[in-house]
Amino acid sequence: MTSWIEIGALDDIPRLGSRVVRTPGGNIAVFRTESDEVFALDDRCPHKGGPLSQGIVHNKRVTCPLHNFVIELASGQAVAPDEGCTHTHPAKVENGIVWLSVRQAAAVS
Amino acid sequence: MLDKVIKQKLVVIGNGMAGIRTVEALLERAPDLYDITVFGSEPYGNYNRILLSPVLAGEKTVDDIMLNTVDWYEDNNITLRKGETISMIDRRTCEVVTEAGERVPYDRLLVATGSNPIMLPLPGKELPGVIGFRDIYDVDRMIKASTDYRNAVVIGGGLLGLEAANGLMKRGMNVTVVHLLDTLMERQLDPVAGGLLRKSLEERGMVFKMPAQTQAILGEDRVTGVRFGDGTELPADLVVMAVGIRPNFELAKKAGLYCERGIVVSDTMQTYDGRIYAVGECVQHRRQTYGLVAPLFDQAKVCANHLAMKGFATYDGSVTSTKLKVTGIDLFSAGDFAPGPDKEEIVLQDANRGVYKRIILKDKKIVGAVLYGDTIDGPWYFQHLRDGTDVSHMRERLVFGAANLGEGGVSGQNSVAAMSDETEICGCNGVCKGAIVKAISEKKLFTLDDVRAHTKASSSCGSCTGLVEQVLAFTLGGDYSAAPKVKPLCKCTDHSHDDVRRVIVEQQLKTIPAVMRFMEWKTLNGCHSCRPALNYYLLATWPGEYRDDQQSRFINERVHANIQKDGTYSVVPRMWGGVTTPSELRAIADVAEKFNIPTVKVTGGQRIDLLGVKKEDLPAVWADLNDAGMVSGHAYAKGLRTVKTCVGSEWCRFGTQDSTGLGVKLEKFMWGSWTPAKVKLGVSGCPRNCAEATCKDVGVVCVDSGYEIHFAGAAGLHIKGTEFLTKVETEDETLEVIVALTQLYREEGWYLERMYKWCDRVGLEQIRKRVVDDVANRKALFARFAYSQQFAQTDPWAERASRGVDRNEFAPLAELELA
Ligand SMILES: Cc1cc2nc3c(=O)[nH]c(=O)nc-3n(C[C@H](O)[C@H](O)[C@H](O)COP(=O)(O)OP(=O)(O)OC[C@H]3O[C@@H](n4cnc5c(N)ncnc54)[C@H](O)[C@@H]3O)c2cc1C
Ligand code: SF4
Ligand code: SF4
Ligand code: FES
Repeated sequence: MTSWIEIGALDDIPRLGSRVVRTPGGNIAVFRTESDEVFALDDRCPHKGGPLSQGIVHNKRVTCPLHNFVIELASGQAVAPDEGCTHTHPAKVENGIVWLSVRQAAAVS
Repeated sequence: MLDKVIKQKLVVIGNGMAGIRTVEALLERAPDLYDITVFGSEPYGNYNRILLSPVLAGEKTVDDIMLNTVDWYEDNNITLRKGETISMIDRRTCEVVTEAGERVPYDRLLVATGSNPIMLPLPGKELPGVIGFRDIYDVDRMIKASTDYRNAVVIGGGLLGLEAANGLMKRGMNVTVVHLLDTLMERQLDPVAGGLLRKSLEERGMVFKMPAQTQAILGEDRVTGVRFGDGTELPADLVVMAVGIRPNFELAKKAGLYCERGIVVSDTMQTYDGRIYAVGECVQHRRQTYGLVAPLFDQAKVCANHLAMKGFATYDGSVTSTKLKVTGIDLFSAGDFAPGPDKEEIVLQDANRGVYKRIILKDKKIVGAVLYGDTIDGPWYFQHLRDGTDVSHMRERLVFGAANLGEGGVSGQNSVAAMSDETEICGCNGVCKGAIVKAISEKKLFTLDDVRAHTKASSSCGSCTGLVEQVLAFTLGGDYSAAPKVKPLCKCTDHSHDDVRRVIVEQQLKTIPAVMRFMEWKTLNGCHSCRPALNYYLLATWPGEYRDDQQSRFINERVHANIQKDGTYSVVPRMWGGVTTPSELRAIADVAEKFNIPTVKVTGGQRIDLLGVKKEDLPAVWADLNDAGMVSGHAYAKGLRTVKTCVGSEWCRFGTQDSTGLGVKLEKFMWGSWTPAKVKLGVSGCPRNCAEATCKDVGVVCVDSGYEIHFAGAAGLHIKGTEFLTKVETEDETLEVIVALTQLYREEGWYLERMYKWCDRVGLEQIRKRVVDDVANRKALFARFAYSQQFAQTDPWAERASRGVDRNEFAPLAELELA
């Protein structure tokens, strides 16, 4: 079952940028691409836990600010040759509003 | 697929290193543009021809040297027709014709037929047992001969001949090398190095007959011997001809394509028929032909770019270097080392250690290098050679290599071959030699970039780059590491920093997307390397006009604080010239307590650092510091950081000038400016230099009669004393020179290139001329800096703490309490 939660307006996230959503299980980073797609990932780099929300977003990827791992926003996978994966959460935009569905399993770090 | 798009047909003749490198690069750039068919005479996938020498020597197997297996072609939808030779190109119908007579049409054709060994026109050259050294077939025959026979003669004392001789010797044959001249490898070595080489090969059992001219090959059903010009004869069961290669362009020539010593191509690797491209050893570009892979790979890249219809890139020729792949012999040669009236040489000869180094200089630049015995610095000299670095400032110590200059090389004894697998090569990312070697051999890596991507070695500070290149060269045995002369800004583009900066101005490009569009970026939004660079270039070029793109800034510059490893931030308020007051200190103490800031530390630049601040607290922390009159210290910026001062004439008994006051003045004028990389200043009140001004980006040393201005120092990863720029008499002149210098750096430096690297690149004299000698230019630079400061000097903390700029950055979007 997917339960969607409204988390804010699309315009509150900068293009090619990110904002965090606090949850008891840790921060979730919500990204916005140039073409206004949104993606949500745990705000933890698979490398050493760096805050992905603080990275530079390019196309559908983000570069971790700590050691430059590049993570695919859609899958949470690190781009080869790096290895690792960050949990993703379903996210969508409807009428300028961003909705998030927190996958509980993922929220447990 | 319903309406299947008919793709253009690309036919490649020659399944060798240059042809397939081009195909690989093309697939990267435009994976679906062509239907690709590759014809290759040899019955294999693409293999690494360079490594035939170690295969012959029994150090590697044929399987080890495969680069693209047959599966690779399948996986990439390429039709490989191995073992098939093309006998004609029909330009009228745009078809190639195979030996069997089949016609295959093309829209574009790539000729990459390599070259053939030159077989001297001697009597007996057709006898069985007389072979060249070019492909797997030749190596198989040599290996076979080595089990059946004893005596081998290798004709030719060049790179190829010596590697063949070494391999045959390792396989147990008696080998004599015959050479026409009295220096081995005369194209790469001078007589001294050639002599050293000969001596150590003789110690291993190789026999030389030189100078000697071969007159005939003897034998009836098979070679039995060789006769020389002086009438002497040598017995031989195997004769290897390694006297040179001849570009293989018969096919192209028959088709009416213009050929001289090779197929003549333009800077875009096109022949006189625009549909037909050519790369590799078979081509002649600007009167040059090449016989080493590094330049061929450069060509491949340009050709692929053009085939992918990405235009732009051009091939400008290459400088090459050579390394002999005989295990245990270290030899490196690059550039032009023939003596000449306008050249100078630096020679080091240490007979006991078996070391010989000769560096050839012309116009303050390295133009050639020959190293024997200790080649660890080969890539480093080669880098300077290709970059055309002005080396006059390091001339006395040049011959001792990078380590001696504090450029992060390693000393000779420490050569990578001798290192254990556990030796750490990359200190930044903790990568040891074994891991790099493993990645290179398992993943078939070729270039420095590949190694960086796969192991992270040398991907951070880069000071281990030379070492990683050594590991590459040592593992692969060849010189692959040579990067193209102009380094692209990053992987998203083939253009260099300089190109980008120039085009931004010429084309009046004023946004990042505009630059990317115009210069045909290969990625959609660039990456974490190019976006910050472009943002800086635009900011520096169009002050007041360009709107800073926050999303193209590294996090520290976006939030005006330094990210720490746990995701918290550190905050450094500005203290002009390192001077503070009791009330500022009180405010800092209050802030630290109020926000539970765990660590308060004094920095090397005479500031106070508050470490461990939570991101959401930043605006409030700043507000409190602002209230006490403090502004951002830009400790996070690629910009003016700190001006460190001593107490100078105001307090110190030795002080000659008011160093503190001057420091404060400089800092007040220059704060807020963005620069290619960080800029730190120091001002000392006398030559005792308590402010350590002579290892800063810019340093002032006060003396009785005025102010000495120094610059281009560094005290981080690299340690380097400053260069003396000039001496002036007043504080105002000091300010003018330093500001003009900084502005020149802002306009010309590459993003992330520290001032000392910039100075190395463009040359001290060049800079002095424009900043010191040309007074009008200095004033113009000063004016441009002053103009851009109008837009730069707003405190980013105040904007965010009380003016609501970027408010979103610091607050979470939402807080969820999940059930
Ligand atoms: C033993 C040895 C050691 C070397 N060591 C080094 C070194 O240390 N460093 C270095 O940089 N370089 C070295 N080289 C040189 C390097 O290998 C060559 O520069 C490089 O392989 C040339 O690439 P290419 O694609 O132009 O030609 P090749 O790799 O020779 O490829 C050409 C291919 O085209 C095929 N072909 C030709 N005509 C036709 C036709 N009509 N139809 C179909 N197929 C055809 C040929 O069979 C061949 O397979 C070495 C070479 C040799 C032989
Ligand atoms: S540098 Fe000279 S003037 Fe400055 S504190 Fe040291 S001794 Fe005094
Ligand atoms: S503060 Fe500087 S020297 Fe210290 S660990 Fe970090 S980068 Fe290295
Ligand atoms: S924590 Fe993300 S790259 Fe190291």
